[in-house]
Amino acid sequence: MTYTGWIILTAALVGLSCGITGVFLILRKQAMMADAISHTVLLGIVIAFLITSEVSGPYMLIGGIFAGLLTAFLVQWLNSLKVQQDAGLGIVFTTLFAIGVILIATSAGNAHLDIQHALMGEITFIPFNTVTLPIIGDVPQATVLLAAVLIIVVITITLFYKEWKITSFDPALAASIGIPVLLMHYVFMSLVSITTVASFDAVGAIMVVAMLITPAASAYLWTDKLHNMLLLSGAFGVISAITGYYVAAWIDTSISGSMAFMTGIVFFISFIFSPKHGLIVKYV
Amino acid sequence: MAKPIIKIENLSASYRKNTVLHDVNFDVMSGSLTGIVGPNGAGKSTLLKTMLNLHPALAGSVSFFGLPFAKAKKRIGYVPQRGSVDWDFPTDALDVVTMGLYGQIGWLRRPGRLHKEKAYEALEKMGMADYADRQISQLSGGQQQRVFLARALVQHADIYFMDEPLAGVDATTERAIMTILKELKSIGKTVMVVHHDLQTVEDYFDHVLFLNQTVIKHGKTGHIFTKENIAKTYGGNMHWKGEVNQGVVHSFE
Repeated sequence: MTYTGWIILTAALVGLSCGITGVFLILRKQAMMADAISHTVLLGIVIAFLITSEVSGPYMLIGGIFAGLLTAFLVQWLNSLKVQQDAGLGIVFTTLFAIGVILIATSAGNAHLDIQHALMGEITFIPFNTVTLPIIGDVPQATVLLAAVLIIVVITITLFYKEWKITSFDPALAASIGIPVLLMHYVFMSLVSITTVASFDAVGAIMVVAMLITPAASAYLWTDKLHNMLLLSGAFGVISAITGYYVAAWIDTSISGSMAFMTGIVFFISFIFSPKHGLIVKYV
Repeated sequence: MAKPIIKIENLSASYRKNTVLHDVNFDVMSGSLTGIVGPNGAGKSTLLKTMLNLHPALAGSVSFFGLPFAKAKKRIGYVPQRGSVDWDFPTDALDVVTMGLYGQIGWLRRPGRLHKEKAYEALEKMGMADYADRQISQLSGGQQQRVFLARALVQHADIYFMDEPLAGVDATTERAIMTILKELKSIGKTVMVVHHDLQTVEDYFDHVLFLNQTVIKHGKTGHIFTKENIAKTYGGNMHWKGEVNQGVVHSFE
């Protein structure tokens, strides 16, 4: 495959996995959790690096899950101690992120880990760092990681589809019929974490928030069916990622920036033209 | 005398550091329809949630059919307050009712045609069959409440707990819900309902539980639904106008 081909495929995978995961972030009213986790996974990645001395997929995923769960747990814990939910979130993620930044600067300075890269990502470098897979041949490492994460996300969401639905819609009923609501919450936070870690190389910690939240928020405006929302959100993610790449190539600017910008454009169009909840429909 | 189907002993619960319930004791007999009444902040919703393990109990014990909640939960149906969920959720009425069956369907399985039929029947029973495909945000408050009731009906539970099912609903819905509640009672189900309208207590419930952080009085409506008990529960802040059937007395929510 060509250099451009790999970049577009990688971007599309980011759009798809973030789009799907994001639907439940929106429906569970935990959009800001994405912001928090996108920052704290940095700590997980750094710790994984310090322990294993390598920046490789599986370790990063495990580190990311650890950091994501730690974030979710600490927010929950502070909340139980009467710290407001949003304040708790702000405290936890900035503190964990700061620890990550300090560790990078003091212990991991020489590695392929720097703060600029972590925040903004650099999708243009992705095709240079390949692994050799049987049959398929040389594939960029980040692309393999994203494909693996996409498979995990799709399987987890499909297998427990009705449980995700009921715990998102009515956690009290879910708990009363014996569905482990808190466990599902932590599993979901793990999904958000691995999606974030896998998207890190491509779009960075800040833009991944756009990819997680905006396509799902746009899809929410178009449909009244959960499965349609999942499909649409995934599609919006892919469309934003691909058009974002071409916009970036056209005006020669940051690819991750353009991709995130395109999610905003998709939302804006949905917000105005959506047949169900759009501005135009409301005023006509 | 029959054994109580629900037994609550010394139950206490708190929100943050405020004690909301303390030393709650009562027994409920099978086949009764009980209204739980009390002023705002009396702990009515908390009582239901604590009994159902949705809110931690500080002390005390709760048993259903002589068993702890975890072993009895398949036989218990719960209707939360309508305001407790997001009605903009992308789903339709039939789907919400089907959720009541998720416990029976079990892990890794999808609701089949049979489940959808059961859900549809329950909607029909609540007079909501025509709205099965309707997005839930397009339903009126009363219709949403009927969907919630239908969802509880498909659970085929033996005990039902309902949190303010009659709050803010239209007259048709109120009649539909009361018909169903009386029907449940007539086939031997046990129902406990948090209720806010003192005026209708005598018509609707055969038992009443006066609650204000603890049980003020619990028993047959005909025996204990008196001015004295109402005044005791509501702390004398209520203007009880004349006799029981006159005047409008609400504890405004």
